[in-house]
Amino acid sequence: MGKALIELSGIERIFYLGDSEVHALRQLELRIDPGEYLAVMGPSGSGKSTLLNLLGLLDHPNEGTYRLEGRDVTTLSPEEQARVRSERIGFVFQSFHLVPRLTAAENIALPMTLAGIDPAQRAVRVKQALKDYGLFDRASHRPNELSGGQRQRVAIARATIMQPAMILADEPTGNLDRATGEEVMRLLEELNSRGVTLIVVTHDTVLGARARRQLLMEDGELIHDSGKK
Amino acid sequence: MRAPDLIRFARDAATGNPLRSSLLVLAMAIGVAAVVVLTALGDGARRYVVNEFSSLGTNLVIVLPGRSQTGGFNPGSAITSTPRDLSIDDAQSLLRASAVRRVAPLTIGTSEISYGGKLREVMVAGTTAQYIDVRTLKLAQGRFLADGDWRRGASEAVIGARIRNEVFGAETALGQLIRIGDRRFRVVGIMASTGQGLGMNTDEVVFVPVSLALAMFNSNTLFRVLVEANNREAIEAAKTQVTEIIKLRHEGEEDVTVITQDAVLATFDKLLGTLTLAVAGIAAISLAVAGILVMNVMLVSVTQRTSEIGLLKALGATGATIRSAFLTEAAMLSLAGAVLGYLLGQAGAALLRQLYPVFPAYPPDWAVLAGLGTALITGILFGVLPARQAARLDPVQSLAKR
Ligand SMILES: Nc1ncnc2c1ncn2[C@@H]1O[C@H](COP(=O)(O)OP(=O)(O)OP(=O)(O)O)[C@@H](O)[C@H]1O
Ligand SMILES: [Mg+2]
Repeated sequence: MGKALIELSGIERIFYLGDSEVHALRQLELRIDPGEYLAVMGPSGSGKSTLLNLLGLLDHPNEGTYRLEGRDVTTLSPEEQARVRSERIGFVFQSFHLVPRLTAAENIALPMTLAGIDPAQRAVRVKQALKDYGLFDRASHRPNELSGGQRQRVAIARATIMQPAMILADEPTGNLDRATGEEVMRLLEELNSRGVTLIVVTHDTVLGARARRQLLMEDGELIHDSGKK
Repeated sequence: MRAPDLIRFARDAATGNPLRSSLLVLAMAIGVAAVVVLTALGDGARRYVVNEFSSLGTNLVIVLPGRSQTGGFNPGSAITSTPRDLSIDDAQSLLRASAVRRVAPLTIGTSEISYGGKLREVMVAGTTAQYIDVRTLKLAQGRFLADGDWRRGASEAVIGARIRNEVFGAETALGQLIRIGDRRFRVVGIMASTGQGLGMNTDEVVFVPVSLALAMFNSNTLFRVLVEANNREAIEAAKTQVTEIIKLRHEGEEDVTVITQDAVLATFDKLLGTLTLAVAGIAAISLAVAGILVMNVMLVSVTQRTSEIGLLKALGATGATIRSAFLTEAAMLSLAGAVLGYLLGQAGAALLRQLYPVFPAYPPDWAVLAGLGTALITGILFGVLPARQAARLDPVQSLAKR
């Protein structure tokens, strides 16, 4: 067994709502190797998004440790965590989350702009991404001038522009029709085939079945892991 | 994030919500415009007054009986508490001074003028022929008081424009005999109307020879002696010479006050300068109000853009980046408002000058700079809180917001 990309141990995530506690994640143990393709499934409210946010360093566990590429990232400062998100993690959301006033090209370039990469290099990479995702003639369109599928392609281009180690996608096809959803999944799978770790949250069992490894969650617990030997 | 990217991002965010941005720019603009226009008014008033006082006469040195408090402690005047009279002879002696061109004694009192059964209270000014030149006044008709012995004087009077109208109406006034107090005078001249300027109004004054006026008021001391120096440079010399001559005549005692017009002007200048400053302060309050508006508008903006902030964090933006993005936006909007306000204010001042050509309504440079500076500083200062709030948002909850 090689070096793990992700190691979760004893993860607890508890939300306090007034007097009541919601156990969004309980006693989570998980190991993911580089280049894996996982589908996270389970009923609504089972903690799938919470898990993904945690993996993406947008959220913090109440208990347990998260090691990313061998490094304990739960104890990092907010600035260091932002840097890890910038360099190692790409997000794809159900509702695309494009900045409405920016063009497709500008949206794709946003992570590089935030990271302070120089404009010349940005232009080269955006141009390549637009070509790769079939958006070349949509470069100067704003999100409201794009179809749902095109928007999600912009979002995927944006998620990959910093060449991250993993892509976290929370129901990336949730707002798309089946055909467009298929196409988006193909793009993500293609990324995975080039070595990027892909973790997809989905309700769709058909889409979930395409992954090489399935996680099934219920009530904050991991009740089934097809990759566990 | 690189500075040009930060500026472009902030600009796009600002133009992305034109209503919000224009409201903010407008508030700032009104504040800055208020500073510019109000200080233009204040400083215009200062210039106007200074100009008006300059028209009292040129290169004036004024002698007053009695020692002014501001002159400091003088052992001589401490012994004799009552000052000596400032007499006609004292006034005439000042003509000897080399730096002096003209001298006009002045005594003032009120009396009644009567003509053809009409009676009216008037201000009587006793002086000599030089007065009209010293004060650079103008006649409408006839001539001013005749030159001659200051201690004698003919029974002639020169009347103000308003008195002429009220006492004589449609009749000719020139050459008529009038009664002032219990003496009879012949009207030899009528002053041109001076209107309601800030300079002394001669419309309701009757001028008579100084000796007759002193006799009428049963007094030996003059109210003032107006001295005109040869030129601007000679004012100080005239002042010293005048002081010396009077001191010599008053047994070595300096019991008069000699003031120059420059000193009077300087006082007014300072007074109205302070007024302008106060007005600028009041106007600056509107800038503070604009600052509070900046804060509220930016806070609303943070709320509206919560999901965008969450996204930026997910894409790897640090709190510092988000903070500077919002601060840049507040600063840019404030700057735009300040520039717009400056232009509006200058336009307003120009309009004032157009409407009132005599009123030099130019905003002073310091006020313009202070206005622009305050706008920027308040804009940024009040932008700090919203920017920090944005930077502190929780990314997961922000992303969940629609
Ligand atoms: N900020 C929060 N405050 C309180 N409770 C929360 C919060 N976020 C999530 N939860 C709770 O944690 C549990 C897990 O939520 P999560 O969003 O991870 O579910 P999910 O599996 O993604 O569901 P869905 O399929 O509907 O998206 C739910 O019971 C939810 O109500
Ligand atoms: Mg979810």
